[in-house]
Amino acid sequence: MSGNDQGHPPELAHHFDSMEEQHESSKQGMWLFLATEILLFGGLFCAYAVYRSLHPEVFIYAHQYLDKVLGGINTVVLITSSLTMALAVRAAQLGKRKHLVIFLALTLLGACGFLGIKYVEYSHKWHLGLLPGIHYDPVEDSHATESRAHPDGGEPPQDSSPTVTEAPEHAIELDVGAGLTPARAADQPLPEPEQYTAPTSELTAAPAGPAGLAVEAYGNDAHDLGPEPRLVQLFFSIYFLMTGLHGIHVLAGMAVISWVLVRSAKGHFRPDYYTPVENVGLYWHIVDLIWIFLFPLLYLIH
Amino acid sequence: MTELAQKPTIAHDDAGPNYLKAGSGALSWLFTLDHKRIGIMYMIGVSASFFLGGIIALLVRTELLTPGKTFVEADTYNQLFTLHGVIMVFLFIIPSIPAILGNFVLPLMLGAKDVAFPRMNLASFWFWLFGGVLALASMHMGAVDTGWTFYTPYSTTTNTSVTVTTLAAFILGFSSIFTGLNFIVTIHKLRPKWMGWFDMPLFLWSIYATAVIQILATPVLGITLMLLIAERTLGVGIFDPAMGGDPVLYQHFFWFYSHPAVYIMILPAMGIISELISVHSRKTIFGYTLIAYSSIAIAMFGFLVWGHHMFTSGQSGLMNMIFSALTFTVSIPSAIKVFNWLATMYKGEIRLNTPMLFALGFIFLFGIGGLTGLFLGALATDIHLHDTYFVVSHFHYVMEGGTVMAFVAGMFHWWPKMTGRMYSETWGRISALIIVVSFNLTFFPQFVMGSQGMPRRYYNYLEQFTGYHQMSTVGAYLLGLGFLIVAVTLVASLFTGKRAPANPWGGATLEWACASPPPHHNFAKTPDYRAPYDFSALRHDAEDGGYRSVPSEEV
Repeated sequence: MSGNDQGHPPELAHHFDSMEEQHESSKQGMWLFLATEILLFGGLFCAYAVYRSLHPEVFIYAHQYLDKVLGGINTVVLITSSLTMALAVRAAQLGKRKHLVIFLALTLLGACGFLGIKYVEYSHKWHLGLLPGIHYDPVEDSHATESRAHPDGGEPPQDSSPTVTEAPEHAIELDVGAGLTPARAADQPLPEPEQYTAPTSELTAAPAGPAGLAVEAYGNDAHDLGPEPRLVQLFFSIYFLMTGLHGIHVLAGMAVISWVLVRSAKGHFRPDYYTPVENVGLYWHIVDLIWIFLFPLLYLIH
Repeated sequence: MTELAQKPTIAHDDAGPNYLKAGSGALSWLFTLDHKRIGIMYMIGVSASFFLGGIIALLVRTELLTPGKTFVEADTYNQLFTLHGVIMVFLFIIPSIPAILGNFVLPLMLGAKDVAFPRMNLASFWFWLFGGVLALASMHMGAVDTGWTFYTPYSTTTNTSVTVTTLAAFILGFSSIFTGLNFIVTIHKLRPKWMGWFDMPLFLWSIYATAVIQILATPVLGITLMLLIAERTLGVGIFDPAMGGDPVLYQHFFWFYSHPAVYIMILPAMGIISELISVHSRKTIFGYTLIAYSSIAIAMFGFLVWGHHMFTSGQSGLMNMIFSALTFTVSIPSAIKVFNWLATMYKGEIRLNTPMLFALGFIFLFGIGGLTGLFLGALATDIHLHDTYFVVSHFHYVMEGGTVMAFVAGMFHWWPKMTGRMYSETWGRISALIIVVSFNLTFFPQFVMGSQGMPRRYYNYLEQFTGYHQMSTVGAYLLGLGFLIVAVTLVASLFTGKRAPANPWGGATLEWACASPPPHHNFAKTPDYRAPYDFSALRHDAEDGGYRSVPSEEV
């Protein structure tokens, strides 16, 4: 589209009067696009609000299976990548090509780190059968619900507090479950214990706090805390849909960051033309911002 | 403002060949970045969808000629009315005015060379094409039979191709968002320096309001359809009560888009009528500011009334009352527009040519459609009328009697500009007459039988409704004939029509300042100031059959 108008920068499309007008238009377009992103996620946030208010016990119970430490690390990783992205835009404005490339590469690295940690979290839940909807199939026998927090049959810290009276019974069921753990155990017999060791340590560390709180909220009735409430799969539906959609956006972000990274390395950007860098930066910030809402809503429920 | 009127002629000769000749071959069209060519491609695709949806409507009406089976099975009938709805809503009416006339006319009205993001504009067309092909392909994979609303739980349990069809609608959503985003930025950034917001033609105000809805509502439909697909393919249970989900949440999500979407359909139509009534009455638009603000008001209120589709779905009484009250408020800006159009015509020099006849048809039919909406917005009457033919008739009066009439009016009005040819005025008028009469024959009986309790979407019906159904079916055939005449008239003009002057109607907006058809880059230089509804400086020119601006001293 570059023009029939002589003496203009090659990036200037024929229907704009000036680079500034073009830059402003692009930026406005990007902001409008971000508005659509907010509304896209808005639907899921709305579903979250509705279902949390309808089934608070499900959210309080099920969020224990999310790893606050990994989630927290991911939050830090993503915020840091937002900082490097902002520094990259600044470098582009100042025409510092080397800095621009370095900061974009760091941002990309942050995105990779985020998805790597996310992969670890997802695979734990996959192995525990903590999946959405019809796929929800926790590894233990269904009425030995409590033992799900310690799927390999290790020491369950939860048992020490509220469910003392029922502990022996569960222990028995637990043994049975650990021995048989029907289909899954048959499918993947040997590596199972090792795979489940890691999740256990994290999961047992995490539930201690909220579990205690839940006891207060529900008094001493062991059945309210220990046994899983009905419809727990709902939480995992919401969790996977929200973090999954966010993850797809991170992937898209990595693609566009790589694109501007290559263009930066080729020296396409100048202090009077860096619109793609800035727009990718805006996009990356909203991906970050959405996570900042997702983290407390999913991981830090009280 | 006459002292600011234009020089005698606008120089269009130096702007290069017209856009139709600016390149040849299929690729020069399919990969064009020219907003005018993209508009024409949309016109071909969207009109084809309209005729396909229309043929399916005729099949539906034929089946309803007699109670019980007339010629198709009940399952086929369900698929037919679903396809009619899906095609008409997603493939035809949503893109119709913005993507065809908006694309073609909007940059011209701004005196701009193109929309802000030409490549995104092309992408919008490709998304439309891809989504459309996917939607039609899904007919062969077990056509959907859920109705165009895809209500859960049926849509998550039926084994028809709901997944593919909703995926198609999702992709079409991108097309709509791209168009809307483009138009907002174009209107903000590409106006000439002298054109303030209130110097804009009213069509642009309505397109702007439409674009705001497209941007804010369509993503919600997107996530809703994604959730539906996730429910069907992954079994996430988000709308399944057995797994803690809530099917009514689907309805909320769906109508949060689909109610504003009816304003995506009607607002651009209102914009066209504002232009046409003024130009063909040779009189400045009455109440410019109020019409402009009422477009924005409709877009805003439109987001707050979705619950009126769900009065019988178990919402609380308080919510029903709030939604009902908000629904009534929408009638205020709508009525403001109608009164302003009537006031514009008052003592105007009205020419009853084809665009004006369709515009008058719009006011009449939209009036009926709007007023019957009040029966449905009122809680007590809605409980009785809900899911009856009264609803079907109401929204056809608004959508077809409103939007389609305005769309056809706009097509006739801008056809000379788009193609450089004048159509046959006689056949245009005949089509307008046939359409208005047969439209009422088709849909008025539906009000009557709906109020008597005939439910919508039913395959079978009681003997007592036979007469109404048969009137409606005969009307539908005539309506089909009317639209066929429109198509033939317009297409025939390409071969037999007279060459169109630059300004055949004496319009004062900027699109009439460039040649017909416009040159590739629209304007050699940004046009000078013109008031959009000041006709005092325009004189009929017998030589080319059009209008020319005369210098201010002669006015």
